[in-house]
Amino acid sequence: MSATHDQAEYTSVFTGAARTELDTIMSRYPTKMAALLPALWIVQRERGWVPPEGMAEVAEALDLTPAYVKGVVTFYTMYHQHPVGKHFIQVCTTSPCNVCGAEGVVDAFLKHTGCEELGVTSADGRYTVIEVECLGACGFATPVMINEEFVESVTPDRVPEILSSLK
Amino acid sequence: MGYPHKPHERETLVLSTHFGDHEAIPLDGWKKRGGYQALQKALGMTPAEIVDVVKASGLRGRGGAGFPTGIKWSFMKPGDGKVHYLCCNADESEPGTFKDREIMRWTPHALVEGCAIGAYAIGAEVAYIYIRGEFTEPLRHMEAAVKEAYAAGILGTNAMGTGKTVHVHVHKGAGAYICGEETALMNSLEGRRGNPRIKPPFPAVAGLFGQPTTINNVETLAAVPHILNRGADWYKGLGRADNPKSTGTKLWSVCGNIQKPGNYEMLMGFPFGEFLHEVCGGALPGRKLRAIIPGGSSVPIQTLEEAESSLMDYEGMVAGGTMLGSAGCIVIDDAQNLVKQIARLARFYAHESCAQCTQCREGTAWTTKILERIVAGDGTTEDLDTLLEIADNMTGKTICVLSDSCATPVVSGIRKFRGDFEALIKKRKVHPVPAVA
Ligand SMILES: Cc1cc2nc3c(=O)[nH]c(=O)nc-3n(C[C@H](O)[C@H](O)[C@H](O)COP(=O)(O)O)c2cc1C
Ligand code: FES
Repeated sequence: MSATHDQAEYTSVFTGAARTELDTIMSRYPTKMAALLPALWIVQRERGWVPPEGMAEVAEALDLTPAYVKGVVTFYTMYHQHPVGKHFIQVCTTSPCNVCGAEGVVDAFLKHTGCEELGVTSADGRYTVIEVECLGACGFATPVMINEEFVESVTPDRVPEILSSLK
Repeated sequence: MGYPHKPHERETLVLSTHFGDHEAIPLDGWKKRGGYQALQKALGMTPAEIVDVVKASGLRGRGGAGFPTGIKWSFMKPGDGKVHYLCCNADESEPGTFKDREIMRWTPHALVEGCAIGAYAIGAEVAYIYIRGEFTEPLRHMEAAVKEAYAAGILGTNAMGTGKTVHVHVHKGAGAYICGEETALMNSLEGRRGNPRIKPPFPAVAGLFGQPTTINNVETLAAVPHILNRGADWYKGLGRADNPKSTGTKLWSVCGNIQKPGNYEMLMGFPFGEFLHEVCGGALPGRKLRAIIPGGSSVPIQTLEEAESSLMDYEGMVAGGTMLGSAGCIVIDDAQNLVKQIARLARFYAHESCAQCTQCREGTAWTTKILERIVAGDGTTEDLDTLLEIADNMTGKTICVLSDSCATPVVSGIRKFRGDFEALIKKRKVHPVPAVA
């Protein structure tokens, strides 16, 4: 993973509009630390993941240590600690979806994306497929989250069409 | 209503009246539907008067524990010179539950209004809505609604022209079921790992940022404007006459092996059997309903017979051998391997344990391992005793009840469906002992 991550390329996230955005967010809380999750979200939005330099930058902006920030990042499942495919595909397989055939949906995504394994990005860098726990949309089994978008009621036969609609 | 279906005639629409109605989403459409009248009214009352109305309505928390909302609010003392906070729990991650998502998707202003009233009633000038990170669409709607409400002068330092300060902010989580537990939610909002806190101190004494705090579920807060508009007596009158302890309507999320999954708004005390078979359309063709988990994955599993004779309120579900919980109803039919599904639930809890407490960290992991071993055909009868022993060690012994929640489907599963476990164990593969050279 670190091969795709060139240290020299990292440029600061919190300049210009993103800095203003962070300042606005910080004004909503009595402590700087409370802006930590939102700040990490901004880094991930801008860089596609949360690299160590991003954690360091957030730490500096919020008067925290990089070690503290890393401790928080690793607690939550949604911050990427490595670069992921262009389309990050999360399939719920918790029991309510599982009884509706969610495992078949996972298999279909693996097959049609060319991803060899869960969590391993396809060779062309386009896809990463993972299984996730309940997405809070159990009545629309199987819900699949692709980057920021939800696709509801996915069945294995819909997978090729869903993939071809992605840019 | 039974979104994505048309409302069923036996539903009672209050919170879900506008589900599916795109025009109810923006502020002007919401105002045309009576929006913000309750807030206007509330800001003209004293906080104590509002708390009294909510108390009299009998409203109880919809997040899982069913604590009376008015009583919870009365623990807060406006005017004590301290900064108070309201947290709205929109973390909705309990498997089977997807009602708060629909409230935020279709009626975001109902939640802004409920939060504003709640904040004012407990003497808080700031409310935070903590939304799980995966809820990108509800989050967009909530952020847009908050923005509109500020622009219209509904929120801010002169809320609705009354000179009172009410702020509502949206805070996005980052993937962790445990952050739905109220003290973990506060830690997460503060920029910490989502580890639950030891109580006491209770949030009303020292909560968010160490200040007196109230935490309420989305559905609880969304019900408050209706109560202020139509009165405590109206709300109290919804429900069965012989049980004044459960009042109002309840949103039920129904999922799994059922004809018409979706959200349904039912009167408290509605017969559960009729609900499953008529309102939700019953079993899929050629199948039979077998096991029901009515209140989200953390409540005891019911047999179909137990479910059919239960009433859909807090007391009715206890009488039926389970709990109302978050009313996330998971239906499992006779085509499923029930033990596999219980194992999958255990895996959920093992994945979501914050790992602070040993009983939970170790217990959820071992429970999952043993159950998966049984599903794979390598289980023994002693495994069932071991599972029950581990479950006992996981119940009532940890900082929060995630640990108990993992034990619940296992214990109720073994008690009520022991035959399913034994059938898998009987099929046990015999591994040949390799010959020693
Ligand atoms: C592990 C765990 C997860 C929880 N998840 C949620 C949740 O996602 N949403 C929620 O409203 N309450 C959740 N709760 C319950 C909250 O701790 C709290 O009781 C509730 O938000 C209070 O609001 P109410 O009184 O309006 O129900 C959870 C509790 C536990 C122990
Ligand atoms: S179990 Fe899949 S969304 Fe809830």
